[in-house]
Amino acid sequence: MVTVHRSTVIQAPLAAVWAILRDFNGHDRWHPAVARSDLEAGRKTDQIGAVRNFRLETGEALREQLLSLSDKDHSLRYAIVESDVPLQNYIAEIKLKPVTDGNGTFCTWTSRFDAPKGRADELAALVADGVYVAGFEAIRKRVTSAPPSAPSVRSQVGPGMDGMAMGIKRYGGPDELQPVEIKAPVPGPGEVRLAQTAIGVNYIDVYCRTGYFKLLSPPGVPGMEAVGTVIDIGPGVRHLSVGQRVGYACPPVGAYATVRTMSAALVIPLPDRIDDATAAAGLLKGMSAEFLLHRVHPVKKGETVLIYAPAGGVGRLLCQWAAYLGATVIGATSSEEKARLARASGAHHVILPGSDSLEDQVRAITKGRGVDVIYDAVGRDSFAHSVEALAPCGHLISFGQASGDIGTWDIGSLAAKSITLSRPNFAHYTDTPEKVQAITQRLFQAIDQRIVAIEPARRYKLSDAAQAHRALEGRQTTGASILIPDDLYR
Amino acid sequence: MTHVYASSIIPASVDQVWKVVRDFNALPGWHPAIAESRIEEGRPADQVGCVRAFRLKDGGFIREQLLALSDYDFSCSYAILESPMGVENYVAVMKLSPVTDGNRCFAEWYADFDCAPEREAELTASIGGGVFQGGFDALKSRFGG
Repeated sequence: MVTVHRSTVIQAPLAAVWAILRDFNGHDRWHPAVARSDLEAGRKTDQIGAVRNFRLETGEALREQLLSLSDKDHSLRYAIVESDVPLQNYIAEIKLKPVTDGNGTFCTWTSRFDAPKGRADELAALVADGVYVAGFEAIRKRVTSAPPSAPSVRSQVGPGMDGMAMGIKRYGGPDELQPVEIKAPVPGPGEVRLAQTAIGVNYIDVYCRTGYFKLLSPPGVPGMEAVGTVIDIGPGVRHLSVGQRVGYACPPVGAYATVRTMSAALVIPLPDRIDDATAAAGLLKGMSAEFLLHRVHPVKKGETVLIYAPAGGVGRLLCQWAAYLGATVIGATSSEEKARLARASGAHHVILPGSDSLEDQVRAITKGRGVDVIYDAVGRDSFAHSVEALAPCGHLISFGQASGDIGTWDIGSLAAKSITLSRPNFAHYTDTPEKVQAITQRLFQAIDQRIVAIEPARRYKLSDAAQAHRALEGRQTTGASILIPDDLYR
Repeated sequence: MTHVYASSIIPASVDQVWKVVRDFNALPGWHPAIAESRIEEGRPADQVGCVRAFRLKDGGFIREQLLALSDYDFSCSYAILESPMGVENYVAVMKLSPVTDGNRCFAEWYADFDCAPEREAELTASIGGGVFQGGFDALKSRFGG
């Protein structure tokens, strides 16, 4: 048995190197030894068991089968099933690991095989130098030259990059959202410039547009969540690199745009396995669910939790995650259709408007005790009911006011049950890179482990942002909505 | 469970670096945060199951048990038995891999642990940045990087 092992370090993010190596049928586009590659039987390039037919530059043919592929470990294994080159029982593995100290990638390529008597050294050298080292060099050249993901925008780098945004000139209705021409400046120290590919629509954007929240002073561009590709970075930015896929979900506003320059500290790299639409639909809502369930009130096994709007974007994630944490989940919603969605998301009980009040229905479910925690983003119409529905020493988390301002409230009345009241603000849980990293790390893990599922979002053209707002305010939506820059929309 | 991962390239062969980090009792000799260390019960430092008791330069006292040591994989795994950090079920791995196209090696250091949710970000930063990256930086400068 011959063992061949080669390794190197490539000065490029792991995602860029993996994008090339992951394509089992892509060697003819980058490896100097491979003239042609074709997949047999119409298999997909990432389908385990797929067989690729290689024609080498030197004329030999070989067939290789994909044995394993892991986007988690960034590794793949394959075997030669038939070959003009006498490599017998050949099994190879490619594996990548991130170099966190400097944003490079450690690459290994290893194989074991049998060779005809007397030819082991010659074949080992062919595999090591002709295939592995030559392959590393070809990849190095490819990823450290112009990034393939953003060639068109890269060439435009100049004093400012032209783009389009949906902005408002004054507070008001959805139709105040109008296209405006913008220029994204060259990133200064600590900044990054992004070519945005998908933008999340959140209820807070409506508050910005109407002036309910003073996060935006007209004229300005709303939006707090988007995904895109790094065009260029300013001095001192170390955790991002050109061509990388990234996302953000935080103030300041300005996300409803095709291109944006912003503080790099707010921007996080996205794992390959989470696509643009999913991230744009789920980042802000998922981060909200994370800090509400893990930081504002760490939900414990055995607690009973009441969640309003359980069929909405944040609501569904709260139901799924709270149920996973071992809580008994009660959803309060307005229609049988939304009740079905809430149950599908893990709600054990659903309360609908009926002859009994919400608090009476809660008491019936909890045998008179009330609930331990309430996640309430309804506001004016729900607050009094929430206070009534809590168990003694319960925790009311008021994190929104979709139905209107709660107004003033006599806190003395909370003593009747020793109620704890929280009014968390997303901004305070996401105002440092460390906090954002910790929240997103747990969120991505929860998505990976299917603890939470980000539903496919309803898609609108960026120029149709007003339509997206109307649907959101009209309560026609369940789940998330995203905006796609018009030239990327199809 | 929280996962912290750090990796680096050390400008020396895997054998040279392994010689330094293999010794479970040698932290004060190469890691800038460690003041003194001893192995409990007079055991050899490469006996799996031995416990190192060491003091940080900031005064903190930590006991760690060697769970695995491999001269074949250039890897070592240990668990925290006692520390002021507020972590539970802490298990860490340090592993070296050769880089075949130059006199350098790839070093990984990672840990899994439980902690209070509100301390996760701070611990991730202090363990990943302070302990792991701090150790890598010391190794890099030791070998002239």
